[in-house]
Amino acid sequence: MSIVMDADRIGRTLTRIAHEIVERNKGVDELALVGVRTRGVPLARRLARSLREITGHDVPTGALDITLYRDDLMRLQIGPQPQVRRTEIQFSIDNRKILLVDDVLYTGRTTRAALDALIDFGRPKAIQLIVLVDRGHRELPIKADYVGKNLPTSPDESVQVRLLEIDGQDEVVLDGGAA
Amino acid sequence: MTTASDIERKPPVTSLRRKDLLGIADLSPDEIALVLDTAEAMKEVGTRPIKKVPALRGKTVVNLFFEPSTRTRTSFEIAEKRLSADTLNIAIGTSSVVKGETLADTALNLEAMSPDMIVLRHSSSGACHLLSRICRSAIINAGDGMHEHPTQALLDAFTIRERKKQLAGLKVTIIGDLLHSRVLRSNIQLLTKMGADVWVCGPPTLIPTDVRRFGVQATSIVDEAIVDADVIMLLRIQLERMEGAFFPSQREYFRVFGMTESRLRLAKPDVMIMHPGPMNRGVEIASEVADGPYSVILDQVANGVAVRMAVLYLLSGGAENEEAA
Repeated sequence: MSIVMDADRIGRTLTRIAHEIVERNKGVDELALVGVRTRGVPLARRLARSLREITGHDVPTGALDITLYRDDLMRLQIGPQPQVRRTEIQFSIDNRKILLVDDVLYTGRTTRAALDALIDFGRPKAIQLIVLVDRGHRELPIKADYVGKNLPTSPDESVQVRLLEIDGQDEVVLDGGAA
Repeated sequence: MTTASDIERKPPVTSLRRKDLLGIADLSPDEIALVLDTAEAMKEVGTRPIKKVPALRGKTVVNLFFEPSTRTRTSFEIAEKRLSADTLNIAIGTSSVVKGETLADTALNLEAMSPDMIVLRHSSSGACHLLSRICRSAIINAGDGMHEHPTQALLDAFTIRERKKQLAGLKVTIIGDLLHSRVLRSNIQLLTKMGADVWVCGPPTLIPTDVRRFGVQATSIVDEAIVDADVIMLLRIQLERMEGAFFPSQREYFRVFGMTESRLRLAKPDVMIMHPGPMNRGVEIASEVADGPYSVILDQVANGVAVRMAVLYLLSGGAENEEAA
């Protein structure tokens, strides 16, 4: 087990991403943040705070639960269904640029489900993807627009993002594998 | 910087490890809480511009109704459609039942076409248990005789929890035809399991003799039942099941037990008035109460869809749900 990002590094990385967001979008007008449950939600809230500090403007922030859109839900006879939690998007996404936030980008299947779910809420002008860690091994043609850290991994390793709001501390840990 | 709302509450049970929903009797308090939590997520789906999620894509649900029903059947059908299931409605008038086919034969013939779930409403208590034994499909009880109506009790609990935040410690008073009511049997089991203080009230002829066995207070003195109540639930006087003379007249029933504005003043100032429908206005409830500010009767109907979506979703894992237990 090794710590690949500590609390300071995570903080600096999110600040950097916030600046990139402002630069690329020439401000924060028309932007909204949507965090993918579970750990995308506190990340989206932290980015919203950084964006307010940088620009003085509030960016609407929501939470998306993708369970009902998972591609493995009805394909496999898996028995008990995973728990569904609330989606909270209390603003119109029509004609906004949506910044979709997740902790780890891996196969891309969660992002695919999140895109399908978002489209059911309206017709955004654009969707951009923000991830704290990109660990590779994509199974779908999906790419992040903002990456906190590119982390080459093998499929038998696991990447765990721990956040203060949920886990009591901030760190990214790489676990297992042959090495 | 961490706030309470940031921390995800982790419930003790995260899935329903059972094939069927036959009654509240089978459910633990944690399982009831899981259904209610899931229903909260499902309620949000109904507020979206596109009120549909792909969760039950490719699943077939048969709504098999041997008794008339508007609310429950429509509610299940909307819930199924919002989850993208394929639905099929079979009502008595148009089925082979009128040609003398038994319930078991009807069910086995439907099974042969491999549906995934069967929602059953039947006039005989225990009809769902029979189907549960002979069918591989998940069976959801939509009301069996005078036995149980679990999804009604779950939606009632959901509606109470939405307003009062929790069920424990509330005084819930149920007034009406207690004897013939499956809604009562499901509700008293659910409410007592969740820690509510349950009172039931009606004419002595309509109080089941063993009702106190469920840990509820029973009385025929309506003022005693209503005083300081947080929730008052009125049950329909089931005129079609009244084969004997249970009370002198509907007018007298209304005078003694009917819920009126003046009677309501005995309850807590923020009392909720509930009715599972269909209402007999001027018998168990006065119109000014049914349409008044304390009434949540239409909220109950709206919440029914969310609660049924939760039950359908949680049971959609099929027979493997039980094997995983």
